[in-house]
Amino acid sequence: MRTLLYGYGNPGRQDDGIGVALVDELEAWAQSRGRQDITFERNYQLNAEDSWVASRHDLVVFVDASREQEDGFRLRPLEPAHRAAFSTHAMSPESVLALCRDLYGARPCARLLTVRGYSWEPNEAMTAAARGNLEAAKAYLLRVLEAPEDLLRTRSA
Amino acid sequence: MSQKIVIEPVTRVEGHGKVTIHLNDAGQVEESRLHIVEFRGFERFVQGRPFWEAPVLVERLCGICPVSHHLAAAKAMDVIVGAGPGDGLTPTAEKMRRLMHYGQIFQSHALHFFHLASPDLLFGYDAPPEKRNVIAVAMENRELATQAVLMRRYGQEVIAATAGKKIHGTGAIPGGINKNLSVEERDRLLHGPGKMNADAMVSYAQGALEFLKAYYAKNKDFVDNFSKFPSNHLCLVGPGGALDLYHGVLRAVDPEGRRILHDVECQDYLAHIREEVRSWSYMKFPYLRHLGPEKGWYRVGPLARLNTVEYIPTPLAQEEFEYYRGLTGGKPHNACLHTHWARLIECLHAAEMIRTLLNDPDLQGTDLVVTGKREPEGIGIIEAPRGTLIHHYRVGANDQIEMANLIVSTTHNNEPMNRAVAGVARAMMNGAKKITEAMTNAVEVAIRAYDPCLSCATHAYGQMPLEITLLDAEGGVVDRVVR
Repeated sequence: MRTLLYGYGNPGRQDDGIGVALVDELEAWAQSRGRQDITFERNYQLNAEDSWVASRHDLVVFVDASREQEDGFRLRPLEPAHRAAFSTHAMSPESVLALCRDLYGARPCARLLTVRGYSWEPNEAMTAAARGNLEAAKAYLLRVLEAPEDLLRTRSA
Repeated sequence: MSQKIVIEPVTRVEGHGKVTIHLNDAGQVEESRLHIVEFRGFERFVQGRPFWEAPVLVERLCGICPVSHHLAAAKAMDVIVGAGPGDGLTPTAEKMRRLMHYGQIFQSHALHFFHLASPDLLFGYDAPPEKRNVIAVAMENRELATQAVLMRRYGQEVIAATAGKKIHGTGAIPGGINKNLSVEERDRLLHGPGKMNADAMVSYAQGALEFLKAYYAKNKDFVDNFSKFPSNHLCLVGPGGALDLYHGVLRAVDPEGRRILHDVECQDYLAHIREEVRSWSYMKFPYLRHLGPEKGWYRVGPLARLNTVEYIPTPLAQEEFEYYRGLTGGKPHNACLHTHWARLIECLHAAEMIRTLLNDPDLQGTDLVVTGKREPEGIGIIEAPRGTLIHHYRVGANDQIEMANLIVSTTHNNEPMNRAVAGVARAMMNGAKKITEAMTNAVEVAIRAYDPCLSCATHAYGQMPLEITLLDAEGGVVDRVVR
């Protein structure tokens, strides 16, 4: 089973870098454990080429910062859906999955993990509150990555 | 009663722009403006920072073309550390930077053509908005979309291998580069499985050109005449007038192809290029100093480059270049949709350059950095995907940056984009009482050909959608479209 963990956002904009930071830290963990079954990706934003990467995995977890949800983190299932944005320099995770389905005939089990952020100024430092949320999300993902097939079984959840 | 039309936001571009079109009492287009309303600030952020941070600081400017800013700043800092203005690096350092740059050009041109421009070509600018996007392209032409996806991905892999990572790469440093290309990285990019290899990318780039030429054959009048106007053209050129996207001297030609700027060294740009400020836009208006703002404005980018250079130093792209230039008898192309054609020829050139560089053993060299006599001022100029990008810094004795001036591609294209909007507005909006979807998108198609990055152009930060408005003679809003 192949798992893709994909963090996106801009680490130069404080808490917007949560997704990238989380993936960086989990990749270090995976390397220390010799895990070859997990792919780690990060970028400023999602785009069409990510559909190709997603198509090569059974489970895809996108990780993004959120400015709207309540504190902590939230995991929700994702379904393919074409959503045209005003600028197709960036795409939604649902659109990436839709292209994955339509171009490659692949339908990986997909989740979006959003972590609450608070400040988005041009600065590298993450806020302490966002760091706390990241740690909680990381602890959760570490449990998921111990047995990712469990998440597959909850696909319809 | 005169009227004003506003298009806001302009779509499928990066950043926030607004178009205002004024109609006179007879309902004829009197004046139009592309306003760039983002806040300009990045040049101030870097002041006070140590100079060696510049290449990694400035790439925070843009999530679309960070590599271009990274390399332009690194080139400026080469001068500061005494490594010379472009030709003093070790072979490994220069070739690694070139590989990084051609990876960026390749993926950026693929993004622009397939994601932003091809929906207009495949479906027409009067097609419904829900159809004019890359997703509909994928539905309509699956093979094209699949190739576009792999081209983007491949370019990003080249960037990751040369810059160290996809986000905030650190590859280029003052005086050189901090890593070479491992044999494993080289072999993966040269001979990767499936279609993820250099040969496939050359083939895909050729396929994209065939797609465009087939479109041109069916739509010649439209492509040749949409938003056509004479202009000067400026870019860097390499030895003998070669297309060289990484380094060269500044050259400009007029609408007839006559040289009006004669191979100026990058460090002397300020003696030849000036920027005019206008009250209604945060984006400046550059021009050639000796011709003044009225006659000295120019275009940059793929169209300008292929109008200015004398040849392309890779065989397949050169063949395409000869055919393309032959269409106008060797004279410059002045129709804005020819920009897409030029972009795809450059995309093929980038693929060929990547393949050639990957076969060069210098990339596995270990001599990565040179330094020399410390200088107080440095200028780095590069041909970014959208055109000429100028980074200019002054550094104090304490190694802190005292002054930064960035002239990005979209800024150079400010006047041409305004002219393009004016031409389309006159062609489509004379007598208009209401803004139709086809009108809106026609204006956007003209702007989009320049692939403007409005965030970069104002060194902005923040989240910015784009907006169109129609005003009467007294300034009253007749119609307005916001996306």
